[in-house]
Amino acid sequence: MDESWRRAKAVFAVLGGPPVLWLVAFFLVPLGVIWGYSFGENRSLTEIAINGTFGNYVHAIKPLYLGIILKSFWFAAVTTALCLVVGFPVAIAITFASEKTKAWLLLLIMLPFWTNLLIRTYALMAVLRDEGYINTILGWGWSGVSRLTALAGHPLGAFQPLPMLHNNFAVVFGLVYVQLPFMVLPLYAALDRLDRSLLEASLDLGAGHLTTFARVVVPLAMPGIVSGVLVTLIPSVGAYLTPDLLGGPSSQMIANVIERQFKTANDWPFGAALSFLLMYMTFVAIAVQAIVTRNRARRAA
Amino acid sequence: MTEPPGPLDYLHRWPIRAWLLAVVVFLYAPLITLMAFSFNVSKRNIVWRGFTLDWYRAAFQDSDLIAAFGNSLTIAAVSTLVSVALGALTALLLWRFRFPFKAALEGALGLPIVVPEICMGVAMLVFFTQILPWPTTLAWPLNLGAIIISHISFSFSFVAIVIRGRLASFNRELEEAAKDLGAGEWRIFWDVLVPHMRPGLLAGALLAFTLSLDDFVITFFTSGPDTTTFPIKVYSMVRFSVTPEVNAASTLLIVLTVALTAVALRFSGGAAAAIEAGEGL
Repeated sequence: MDESWRRAKAVFAVLGGPPVLWLVAFFLVPLGVIWGYSFGENRSLTEIAINGTFGNYVHAIKPLYLGIILKSFWFAAVTTALCLVVGFPVAIAITFASEKTKAWLLLLIMLPFWTNLLIRTYALMAVLRDEGYINTILGWGWSGVSRLTALAGHPLGAFQPLPMLHNNFAVVFGLVYVQLPFMVLPLYAALDRLDRSLLEASLDLGAGHLTTFARVVVPLAMPGIVSGVLVTLIPSVGAYLTPDLLGGPSSQMIANVIERQFKTANDWPFGAALSFLLMYMTFVAIAVQAIVTRNRARRAA
Repeated sequence: MTEPPGPLDYLHRWPIRAWLLAVVVFLYAPLITLMAFSFNVSKRNIVWRGFTLDWYRAAFQDSDLIAAFGNSLTIAAVSTLVSVALGALTALLLWRFRFPFKAALEGALGLPIVVPEICMGVAMLVFFTQILPWPTTLAWPLNLGAIIISHISFSFSFVAIVIRGRLASFNRELEEAAKDLGAGEWRIFWDVLVPHMRPGLLAGALLAFTLSLDDFVITFFTSGPDTTTFPIKVYSMVRFSVTPEVNAASTLLIVLTVALTAVALRFSGGAAAAIEAGEGL
């Protein structure tokens, strides 16, 4: 299957040339420039000197920014945990459905992923805001109850809408809404490969469904859980649009700070350092996954 | 007579069914209400006051919105063409050859998929202002070049994964047979490999088109005042206020994406291909 590149150099060059050139010129070079900037400082409004300073990274771990970084991680962790809890039963339902139902259910879970992120976020704004659907329905309920208590001579006060938009709750709600399909797919992929006779054996030997789940399904599905956690966690930490539109002044995440450095504060080197902190964390997460996968493979062998 | 559900028939257990239903409502209710209220007379968007198409009329008369929509479709079309070409080359390269630094190349190709969008966005912003300043005075559609290039950079790795998945099922004997019958490299590529890759090419094209149409963050950093795309335009409208006109515009885009998905599914062998495309992520 693997042909040595020496046997057909012309074909190799034709196939490899364009993608490699594109990747280097329009992806690696831009990232490299940002990486360089993260070790530089502003000399004037337009000039940035790359002088190998670590000042930007030091600046980034000052309490104000460290707090935002930790908060981004906290939001992402809560989002991932919620997605895992919400998504696992869905993945199980899909795995054990008939072939035809399975395809439809997967499509049903995937379809929101194909719709625009901005539109999905906007749809949530209409649900969560003070005059949104949830608060309107709650308001109707409130006035109904109020009418009843008025009969007893104790009318309730005016309805106070639940604050659900422009706060931390909205950000996590929005992230779960956006990321859920990304969690369900890897979970399903792992569960689908699972040897069902092991589950049947566990049930036959008297373990209940919950015990079987905790002691057989979860350990066997661990690679899927790890990749589901990663594909949910990484985009959540770096989310820009969700905190921007759904969050309040105190729910800004790293991406919003980075955006400000580049678009308004005009401190590119600092913004570059923050971006690369995000990149380093991504690499660490991927390395962890690679190690987990390799250890499992070694144990299996 | 229906058989009693087996022990692993979780879909027939009511807690799982209720859970599944709740998740589907959670995922779809906001989108469906958004679409429904684009036909609502009331501007306040909550209470149903009657059916109207006024918001669609308003959206169609908004020349900025139409221009942004045109830009988005143009960017997505060009980006899809180039991404599929580059993705197919990449997939063929990795599938066929063994060469030094192959693992490094595979790692580098995986980067656009894992790098956080915001990092890629600022990298493109810096690249197109400092290294390769993209002239803003170019005629349409050349002024969209910076956005198109960025979109290709993050799309083509996804396309390569989808096509490589398809190539894995290629029966090498077909190639041997073609070679024995005297076909050259080009002939084998065009008459044997491409027909086999076709479902992958389609699924990849759909993925690239959607990724491009969907992208907000990276476009946000590479677009200028004259090169707004649909998401950028909707973003500025949303920041300003929540109006049924935004609902109408969003509904049009949702219908377009769902229609495209349906077409792609029809051509690429049903839902399985979409799932394959999704799993590639």
